[in-house]
Amino acid sequence: MNNSVTPATNDARKGDVVAPTKEKGWFYTDTVKDHFFHPKNFLEDEAGYGDAYLGMVGSPACGDAMKVWLKIEKEADGTERIKDFKWKTFGCASAIASTSMLSVMVTENGGMPIEAALALRPQDIMERLGGLPARKVHCSVLGDKALRSAVMDYYRKSGQIDKVEVEAGRLIDKVLKITDHDIEEAVLEGADTLEKVQARTKVGTGDPSCIPEVENLIRFYKEKYFGA
Amino acid sequence: MKSTKIIYLDCAATTPLDSRVLEAMNPYFSDDFGNPSSFHSVGMQAKDAVSDARGTIARLIGAHEEEIIFTSGGTESDNLAVIGVPRYHTKALMEKLQALPHVITSAIEHHAVLEPLIAMDRKKEIELTIVGVNREGQVSVDEVVAALKPNTVLISIMTANNEIGTIQPIGDIGREILKWRKAKETVFPYLHTDACQATGYLDLNVEKSHVDLLTLNGSKMYGPKGIGALYVRKGVKLQPFFIGGGQERNIRSGTENVPGIVGLAKALALVQADREVESARLTALRDRLADGLMKIPKTILNGHATERLPNSVNVSFIDIEGEAAVLYLDAVGIMASTGSACASTSLDPSHVILATGLSYEAAHGSIRFTLGHSTMQEDVDYVIKEMPAIVERLRMMSPVNMDMKYFT
Ligand code: FES
Repeated sequence: MNNSVTPATNDARKGDVVAPTKEKGWFYTDTVKDHFFHPKNFLEDEAGYGDAYLGMVGSPACGDAMKVWLKIEKEADGTERIKDFKWKTFGCASAIASTSMLSVMVTENGGMPIEAALALRPQDIMERLGGLPARKVHCSVLGDKALRSAVMDYYRKSGQIDKVEVEAGRLIDKVLKITDHDIEEAVLEGADTLEKVQARTKVGTGDPSCIPEVENLIRFYKEKYFGA
Repeated sequence: MKSTKIIYLDCAATTPLDSRVLEAMNPYFSDDFGNPSSFHSVGMQAKDAVSDARGTIARLIGAHEEEIIFTSGGTESDNLAVIGVPRYHTKALMEKLQALPHVITSAIEHHAVLEPLIAMDRKKEIELTIVGVNREGQVSVDEVVAALKPNTVLISIMTANNEIGTIQPIGDIGREILKWRKAKETVFPYLHTDACQATGYLDLNVEKSHVDLLTLNGSKMYGPKGIGALYVRKGVKLQPFFIGGGQERNIRSGTENVPGIVGLAKALALVQADREVESARLTALRDRLADGLMKIPKTILNGHATERLPNSVNVSFIDIEGEAAVLYLDAVGIMASTGSACASTSLDPSHVILATGLSYEAAHGSIRFTLGHSTMQEDVDYVIKEMPAIVERLRMMSPVNMDMKYFT
């Protein structure tokens, strides 16, 4: 690349989105590139992470999917700190870099207390990344959501049920109006194959194009709840 | 950046300017700078240059000189054909058939064809039929014929697709339309084809294909950007966009882009002269690349196995996202492109790959390599060598593990 061309992302205000008309040269800041090409904390080997708290969001069909493994420790004074944050993501450079940055942010300085981690906003990640192009901002939300989902897993498993937030479902079968929650419920009730889930929900009979996604969700929830 | 050598495999996006084209254009920037409309020697020189270029292009596609209209590029030519033709005939059709102009197109056309047609359909300016394609990305001639109606004024099907390279049966469609016109004793419908991707590889003769309108542009055939042409068969009427000095038979007013026009003709002449040799050379490289990439597990070839442009390889690596892959390729000096939603401004995955019946997931992981003049076997081998590690790394980072049964 021609060095005389300064990427406009450099003169964008910290954490600000880059105006599309100002984009020049490379699309991403150096920090984004660094985290993209050298991602920190991604999970290479699941061995040893069976007991981690698991968070999963998205689906590959809508472009992004993410999985997060958390280790949380309770200190003597009762503070619950994130000691480890491992991840895997299916997404673009922004998604990969934001998750990588998030993993650094919540584990640095001895680990972030859960409340502080939950209070993190996508803008905070973007600021550390030196900004993202406007249409890529949504990718930075993904890691945040996966983190949230993993913390909910922790609350559930540590008996802090009052803290568990329920999220609104996402529409999977647009014809029959079936959400990911409906599929989650079916899996929880023991439907572990597409046929069994279909027997309960009829998912995909009106719009077969969502079936690969349904299969993926079944695998996803099976893994989440039954570890298989 | 690790590598200094750049392997450019994005020729369907654009190609560099051939130095012989630049040389042909050079005099027309500042020496022979005249306006072809002026009645003096300087103007006449420019006029002759334009007319020579028009003659060259006409000869190369089997047309008459006056049937070539110069435009600003592929998008304008496509727009002019698909908007201009129906608009011109609206009033007469309403009077005669009490019907809107009907247009048939395919689901894998370029946005420059699909977007205006969809917008006109929404505004109730036209009636639109979009025919699908099969798994290989080919339009069915029967389906097009079945869609014909008395008020069909235009059919727009591309010669070869820009994303997956599939070649369309334009000649067969042209023949069927001729039959229909004869049987119904009507001049309609006209057949338009966008040939931008095909210029360097296919026979563009409009007599053989029975095409009535044909889009050409400079930037995909080693010619200049910002110049294109629309072949408009004699007798085909369309409503112009640009109104003014009446240049280009009143269809496209505006002082001619003389250097661009000269460059367009030169570029077309060069690629058409080389067409057969270059097609044979690239077909071998194309297949070598495709075979090499298909050795990577969970990879599918998009488009038709053989009825495909000699320079086009489009594959989907399941479980990974294309923008990330393109950036990793860039880091090792390989320039490719993707149909992933993440890399498009609209965040929609490739409409072409979806139209072939593949899922969003497969569109997300699609990577297009389009070869060109500068592509050598060692470049292809370099891609084959680098790609597996990139796919493997991204798969390692990916939480997705799709079952291949959905993709076969
Ligand atoms: S994950 Fe699709 S745009 Fe970032």
